[in-house]
Amino acid sequence: MIALLLRDLKLAFRAGGGFGLGLAFFLIVTVLVPFSVGPQSSLLSTIAPGVLWLGALLACLLSLDRLLALDWEDGSLDLLATAPLPLEGVVTIKALAHWITTGLPLVLAAPVLGVLLNLPVPGYLWLVISLLIGTPALSVIGTFGAALTVGLKRGGLLLSLLVLPLYVPTLIFGAEVARRGAIGMETQTPLLMLAGITAATVALLPFASAAVLRINLR
Amino acid sequence: MTLTVTDLSIARGGIPVLEGLSFVLKPGRALILRGPNGIGKTTLLRTLAGLQPSLSGRIEGAEDQIAYASHSDGLKPTLTVTENLDFWASVFGTKDIQPALDAFKLNDLSDRHAGNLSAGQKRRLGLARMLVTGRPIWMLDEPTVSLDREAVALFADTVRTHLGQGGSALIATHIDLGLEGEVLDVGANKAKPKPIEDFDGGFL
Repeated sequence: MIALLLRDLKLAFRAGGGFGLGLAFFLIVTVLVPFSVGPQSSLLSTIAPGVLWLGALLACLLSLDRLLALDWEDGSLDLLATAPLPLEGVVTIKALAHWITTGLPLVLAAPVLGVLLNLPVPGYLWLVISLLIGTPALSVIGTFGAALTVGLKRGGLLLSLLVLPLYVPTLIFGAEVARRGAIGMETQTPLLMLAGITAATVALLPFASAAVLRINLR
Repeated sequence: MTLTVTDLSIARGGIPVLEGLSFVLKPGRALILRGPNGIGKTTLLRTLAGLQPSLSGRIEGAEDQIAYASHSDGLKPTLTVTENLDFWASVFGTKDIQPALDAFKLNDLSDRHAGNLSAGQKRRLGLARMLVTGRPIWMLDEPTVSLDREAVALFADTVRTHLGQGGSALIATHIDLGLEGEVLDVGANKAKPKPIEDFDGGFL
């Protein structure tokens, strides 16, 4: 299991591994938003939590189609399925590796990019907390989508269509935590909902992903 | 570990390809799988490896004793030869990859990225993976594709050593490896098309 995680991280950081793709996309979105909506700082502060969350979510989506497709193409997914690792463990590790290479850098970059959008000072802490709790769900749901579409040629479009509706609850509650935090309101309710969604997806979806993968490998 | 297959029927993409297949694979023996293209050799190996369910019949012998090598080698182009083998060794819980490197003469290539290897060298690395699995029953699907004559001899020697240590192998191949093993020709087990019983003539 650890070997699989280390291999996936190594592959991501090597040339052509796609590390930084999501981060660069996130950077581009947040840098361009002030240009497109204009320089009114009050407007920017209002939309900052929502834009940052949306940017992070789309950045996560960007690298999903490579998550299992590469292992499928070179045949290592078949070999992993016949290895002593349970497939549930394999998909969990895959999701974890995706989170470390995509989700975690987004969490760390978000406060820096918040400056560009004039995010109100109390909002920084809540933005980081909401992203830290919410992005694991994005990776786990994304792995489920990748398992559903593995083996399809150019399955990226179908993957996005399947995954986007499942991302909506996380987006709503995650952005709500950041928004409420930014204007100094109570954040407990959306934060608990967000944590609940993440806990449920992390607990249940690996089983669904593994089951789907078994069918797709036939 | 003996693998016993009794009256097995298998399907590819929902269409039955082989039926009524029975054979026994004993420790120390190799079974050469023969048959025309499309007969279902790969499907049979995938079914035995547990990647897909059979239609009917019984497979006895633990699934977790089987090491499977498909058409593709499962190599990561940006990892070196050693890193690729190390990964599979730790997945299968074995440590030493040196015998595998020696067996397929990969020592000189050990620091090269797998993406820079030739097709035959990749194949050798893919076959070296079988040695680090530490599993007794090998399922090999066209293992000699893109190997030169010398490498085929290396491979045959490796299989012979494996058999000598009490392992067994089921090999789908079209060339003569010079192994002393029985030939299993599945051509006779081609599934016959089934008449549709509840066909409604009015549909025409």
